[in-house]
Amino acid sequence: MARKLPKREVVIVGFGWTGAIMAEQLTAEGLDVLALERGVWRNTSTDYAVTNAQDEVRYRFRHDLFEQLSRETMTFRNSSDQTALPMRMLGSFLPGTNVGGSGVHWNGITWRFLPSDFVARSHNEERYGPLPEDMTIQDWGVSYEELEPHYTTFEELCGISGKAGNLNGRLQQGGNPFEGPRSKEYPNPPMDMVLAPKLFAEAASGLGYKPFPFPSANMSRAYTNPLGVSLAPCTYCGFCEKFACGNYSKASAPTTILPVLMRRQNFELQTQAMVLRVLKAADGKSVTGVEYITPEGEIIEQPADMVILSTYINHNVHLLMVSGIGQIYDPRSQQGLVGKNYAYQITSGVTVFYDEETHINPFIGAGALGMVIDEFNGDNFDHSGLGFIGGGFIGQTQTNGRPVESLAVPDGTPKFGAGWKKAMRENYGHSVGIGTHGAVMSYRGNYLDLDPTYKDAYGRPLMRMTFDFTENELRMSDYLTDRAVEIAEAMGGREMTVSRRKGPYSIVPYQTTHNTGGHIMGASPADSVTNKYLQHWQMPNLFLTGAGAFPQNPGYNPTGTVAALAYHSAAAIRRSYLRAPGQPMVQA
Amino acid sequence: MAISRRYFLTGASVLALTGGALARSYRGSVPWSSKTARPPSPAGLHQTFFSAEERSVIVAMVDRLIPKDEFPSASEAGVVTFLEDQLAGPYGRGDIYYLQGPFQQGTESQGYQAEAPAILYRQAIADLETAIRKEGTDGFTALDAEAQDDFLTALSEGEQELEHVDAKTFFDRLWEDTQLGYFGDPVHGGNRDMVGWKMIGFPGARYDYRPYIDHNGKALDLPPVSVAGNYQREAN
Ligand SMILES: Cc1cc2nc3c(=O)[nH]c(=O)nc-3n(C[C@H](O)[C@H](O)[C@H](O)COP(=O)(O)OP(=O)(O)OC[C@H]3O[C@@H](n4cnc5c(N)ncnc54)[C@H](O)[C@@H]3O)c2cc1C
Repeated sequence: MARKLPKREVVIVGFGWTGAIMAEQLTAEGLDVLALERGVWRNTSTDYAVTNAQDEVRYRFRHDLFEQLSRETMTFRNSSDQTALPMRMLGSFLPGTNVGGSGVHWNGITWRFLPSDFVARSHNEERYGPLPEDMTIQDWGVSYEELEPHYTTFEELCGISGKAGNLNGRLQQGGNPFEGPRSKEYPNPPMDMVLAPKLFAEAASGLGYKPFPFPSANMSRAYTNPLGVSLAPCTYCGFCEKFACGNYSKASAPTTILPVLMRRQNFELQTQAMVLRVLKAADGKSVTGVEYITPEGEIIEQPADMVILSTYINHNVHLLMVSGIGQIYDPRSQQGLVGKNYAYQITSGVTVFYDEETHINPFIGAGALGMVIDEFNGDNFDHSGLGFIGGGFIGQTQTNGRPVESLAVPDGTPKFGAGWKKAMRENYGHSVGIGTHGAVMSYRGNYLDLDPTYKDAYGRPLMRMTFDFTENELRMSDYLTDRAVEIAEAMGGREMTVSRRKGPYSIVPYQTTHNTGGHIMGASPADSVTNKYLQHWQMPNLFLTGAGAFPQNPGYNPTGTVAALAYHSAAAIRRSYLRAPGQPMVQA
Repeated sequence: MAISRRYFLTGASVLALTGGALARSYRGSVPWSSKTARPPSPAGLHQTFFSAEERSVIVAMVDRLIPKDEFPSASEAGVVTFLEDQLAGPYGRGDIYYLQGPFQQGTESQGYQAEAPAILYRQAIADLETAIRKEGTDGFTALDAEAQDDFLTALSEGEQELEHVDAKTFFDRLWEDTQLGYFGDPVHGGNRDMVGWKMIGFPGARYDYRPYIDHNGKALDLPPVSVAGNYQREAN
């Protein structure tokens, strides 16, 4: 029997980027908020000390900051006719555990999506005609214009370093000419560039493109955000993504929100509280709270007026499934919405090798340090006759020179042995990588459901992922890669290697932690799990934050939009939900 | 002191109760304690995992993966010390990996499907010794260098099968772990005297490169540092 605790006004499950945003917003409204986090508290200054955080073995390869699969994982297969097997080690994506979530070890590339991304289906159909039958993309039910103020709020919270390309409709030199109109310039100037992104930008300009600095959550100067929390200039230590920043130079929940939130008397954080399910009312019309387990194995029932799931898409979807909230998607019957439209990101790369006199010094890096072009993202280019929709950015980020993770040797190098060692020695520090980062549409056959065989440490069935890259994405990625090759050719190196993304999708090599979909938002309960305020259609006191809301995945990193959606939701809760608690904010 | 629970905590009193590792409830202040830092855990000096026979096979294998030239071989650089420590600890036990059955080999895109790395290593070494002996040679160490390379290549391509474990899974682990032993921070027992870093020019665990942002393609020749604090001057 679960021990039942007194009821709380708001319970937030998961205390990463979006959990902290919702907690800050709702405590500011005076609500009593309890956040439940499965991981532990970490002190930025001591736990991530700048004297010892730079340890590739411990963090990158032994996953010190990442979630532990021994407790909970998922199974994976490429298609419905295969047997899914457990993801026993993390690889393709690296979600975090502990306070701050994945935001502690993210890169910090902080985009806005294009206005047309939010109307992907209607926009593409209108311009290019009917879409492939099995492509299940949808409009979001929310517009860029509605999210614009919330993007601004997040950028100011983080102190994003960047250059606007479109201020209130007026194009700006040096920024992204394709972005939607923004109401304000970035709060901080772009980061100072090292050689590699300069080489890329020069070559891209020569080809007629308009390169601009990646919008970066690594500080280009000291900054104090609107909450009054200060961040320090980035030192380019080259241990940023997959590592935590003890220098307060990378925006994360612990470095931008928690110093203020933790002091509020109407906020409480409970750590090592692993939420196992969400509890429903008998009539199925609302949720009543959650159930969690302590490290001692005690089951606690935590009742709440309102529950916000902020556990990252993979866990949000799993929690819905194991709690019996909504119908799980079935690709054969096309019935059910939970787990539908799972999508990801498709990436590829080109490496340019220089002679030994050119020292790239790749170890001078930061997670979002670099230059990028957006000519081939979204619908910024005419897709007529190309045989695909969607796109992505092409950029050069100098993130790190970590020898094992980032080694690059030319084609024809032996896999190991004397020849490999020689190539490693000759090429380390003399190569520059260009990356492409593309959209993934959603499809009938890419989805999440429950595995029939494998269980987690708590006895719950694992979630099962069925996913593969499809023709649209592979063609699009090839197209982006061809453009990257052209830029690479103009960069004046000695030789290059091209790593195209080929199917099948593999869960092994790291690609991105940009999993999306599964509890998608939309304009109607007939084809979405939540409304545009991330409010569950059938259980209006349940909210779901995170990229699980994305009906498909555009060509940008997700967190700018994930955060903007959270602020948009919080604003609606403050403005209208609290006047009529438990009521839907959008009529079905 | 009892484990702190939210219902008998109010306001600033929380901080007093949240010092230890058991703290779980936080309200009213930013928790911070000087006692919670987690420094790197150095490789245990006497940590052993391999038997003498296993060790000689591993030494021979890693020294073909990274052989000696002007720079030391893998074993000379401490890779085996690194492996001993890793396999005897949380990594070898697979503490954070999902290790529930049923076990079944899947497609390559489904990734690692073996039991804990320590079990994988031990079984793979036994299996490969058996396989080589069946062919009439007295184990991996008795093969000449070229035959050793061929054998490793066959493992890496899954062409040389092993009886109980997937050969490629083992090779992929061994190769990644060998690189980590050669290029990882010396605190973990490998990369002796930061030799891997010196070989390629990686400055290690430095923290502030702002003075060098404008390097403009010049060599910086920064001597490496380790999280264990070693700072070595370049011999001149
Ligand atoms: C290496 C890396 C690089 C990245 N780089 C970028 C980038 O450059 N740009 C970008 O836009 N995005 C990037 N991301 C993605 C970004 O980190 C995520 O989009 C963001 O953190 C998602 O926020 P969230 O609130 O949804 O989840 P998270 O921040 O991950 O927080 C989820 C929290 O929920 C907790 N939790 C999970 N399950 C439970 C449970 N059952 N009970 C209690 N608590 C639970 C977790 O422990 C975690 O603390 C990167 C991610 C990684 C890993």
